[in-house]
Amino acid sequence: MRDLSHADAKSAAPLRRPRLIIEPTRGWARLNLRELWLYRDLLWLLALRDVQLRYKQTVLGIAWVILQPLVAAGIFAVIFGAFAKLPSDGTPYLLFVFCGLLPWNLFAGAVQRAGNSLVGSANLISKVYFPRLIIPLASVFAVLIDLGVALGVMALLMIVYQVPVTAQILALPFFLALALIAALGISLWLTGLNVYYRDFMYALPFLMQVWLYASPVAYAAALVPEQWRALYNLNPLVACIEGFRWALLGRGAVTFETVALASVSAFGFFISGVLVFRRIERGFADVL
Amino acid sequence: MSNVAIRVEHLSKAYRIAHQTSRSRYHTLRDDVTNALRAPLRRWHAPAAERQQPSELFYALDDVSFDVHEGEVVGIIGRNGAGKSTLLKILSRITEPTRGRAEIYGRVGSLLEVGTGFHPELTGRENIFLSGAVLGMTRAEVQRKFDEIVAFAEVEKFLDTPAKHYSSGMYVRLGFAVAAHLEPEILLVDEVLAVGDINFRRKSLGKMHAVSRSGRTVFFVSHDMSSIRQLCQRVLWLDAGKLKMQGTAEETTLRYEAANLATAQASDGHFARAPQPARDFYIEWVELRDREGKPRAQYRFGEPMEIVFALRGQAPQDGYTVEWVLFNERGNRISFGAANPVRDVYFNRGDNRISCRLESLPLTTGSYHFYLSVRVWGLARWDEWEDQVAFRILLCDPYNSGFDIPAGPGGDFVLAQQWSVIRA
Repeated sequence: MRDLSHADAKSAAPLRRPRLIIEPTRGWARLNLRELWLYRDLLWLLALRDVQLRYKQTVLGIAWVILQPLVAAGIFAVIFGAFAKLPSDGTPYLLFVFCGLLPWNLFAGAVQRAGNSLVGSANLISKVYFPRLIIPLASVFAVLIDLGVALGVMALLMIVYQVPVTAQILALPFFLALALIAALGISLWLTGLNVYYRDFMYALPFLMQVWLYASPVAYAAALVPEQWRALYNLNPLVACIEGFRWALLGRGAVTFETVALASVSAFGFFISGVLVFRRIERGFADVL
Repeated sequence: MSNVAIRVEHLSKAYRIAHQTSRSRYHTLRDDVTNALRAPLRRWHAPAAERQQPSELFYALDDVSFDVHEGEVVGIIGRNGAGKSTLLKILSRITEPTRGRAEIYGRVGSLLEVGTGFHPELTGRENIFLSGAVLGMTRAEVQRKFDEIVAFAEVEKFLDTPAKHYSSGMYVRLGFAVAAHLEPEILLVDEVLAVGDINFRRKSLGKMHAVSRSGRTVFFVSHDMSSIRQLCQRVLWLDAGKLKMQGTAEETTLRYEAANLATAQASDGHFARAPQPARDFYIEWVELRDREGKPRAQYRFGEPMEIVFALRGQAPQDGYTVEWVLFNERGNRISFGAANPVRDVYFNRGDNRISCRLESLPLTTGSYHFYLSVRVWGLARWDEWEDQVAFRILLCDPYNSGFDIPAGPGGDFVLAQQWSVIRA
């Protein structure tokens, strides 16, 4: 009897043990959310590593994160506000630009870091398995820390300029999420392709430069001529930046139409980005 | 019969090799810069052009099938490029197979490198958590085993020191310690035991033994036949991407070594090598010559031997050295020689014929082979050639006693000895 039950337990074992099948995948792979969840600790630790490394290796550390957008905002304020005298919906130009730089820097920083993340982690990718999506995701999340610091500076500026906080600030997380989704989508496109064609990274600064001026960072979206507005609003950052200004400064107009269009294009970038990434990630270890 | 842990069926992996042109996988900095300056957009059309280039398929793994049972320790042997690492990479899901399938039952831990995920700027503590997560452990799991890992690695005092200040020994110990505490049901290991000092190697071998005794499955790739024989019950021999043989560790390793030496016996002292188009400076052929200067592959104990190296191409630099490592039949290294730093002899550009005279061979009866390399000591290694240049000692009877001392039970070499009775 004992023997028999023992044998039963043994033959039943394969059913209980996880079973993994390795086969060539064909076509478009699904996004495996369960697996991503299993590796959440890795995501967190990699994001943490990115942040730690940045502050360990730079002398200026946090100061750099504060200075960089302040200086950029100052330059824009002088050129577009003081020289060109562009309208800023009645807000001090420095505040107006700094507020626009918050989502922009989040977006640009995420795209830049994520774009290089896979090539930078070549060693990891060729030696161990984990969901490859973790790597660009981690570098995007690391940029959120920068945003946190910049938001602190923004709060200080708002106190200095005596801007009252309104209930509209509750909409901030939504616009933040929208900027993140757009950034992730673009990052996934770039990061995957960058593995195969390293030159994508040379085109990136150029692309970002164009994108910066195609977004209402240094000027108000209201300046864009009416007939171009629909095309312009396809850029998800338009709604994000205008949304940040609306939520924090109470200025500008965010229409439902603008936000809907931005959401559609942000999710479009995101979903296609995930699909492309999943499609080409199979070859990463062979190319890197 | 126990359960199957790994079942591999008709597994193949093909790589497409584009014929070497300027636009190969490797981008030079100059290429990239000029292209970036010209037009970043132009490069985006490159893939179409690449596809039209003549290319051929290279099978790193070609229709391999086998089963591994639960609790087995299976070794994989084969020459460089035989497909061992590709097999491990497929089983650990780093790369996908081109054809065929593998089924794995149980949690897999793969250890293809020591210190996976380590970053030199992070402290030992931070690295333990990061490497653990990379290998598939949760934070809670690492937390639970943290003290054990630290004790195994013997790095207690340096936990909060950045890993860049670690000695290479500490780095390796910590890396192995993390991986060794992974506790997967199936462990895939690639050659990691070849690193570290002798104590650490013993310790890690012990750990692997413990893992296998606890009923877990170990899949182990190595060049070192003695650790394969120590650890493994069964061995798979891969050759040019195909499964050439599988059997007991003893039988398979012996057949493998015999095959490596077979070329040697036939060549009779002259060892010609296939052209090496990828190398600028390499060993073209080697001769083992006897007292009369005639090539020969069979010697007796005590005979002199001259190793003659013919080098092809132009040495990239002056002051280089040629070295050899002598291996016995069981694949253990038993001796080392080099023009420098062993002797103070340096070779310069244009020196393309080199001789190394061995005064007398103090070896026991059996087969021996050389690993050869051409390099600048401590700087560069231009060429390596292993397993091919070999010879036999036919008779080892230094004092004409009629007893032939065999390799293995008789050791590798004979020390000069005088025996007598000491009378009080």
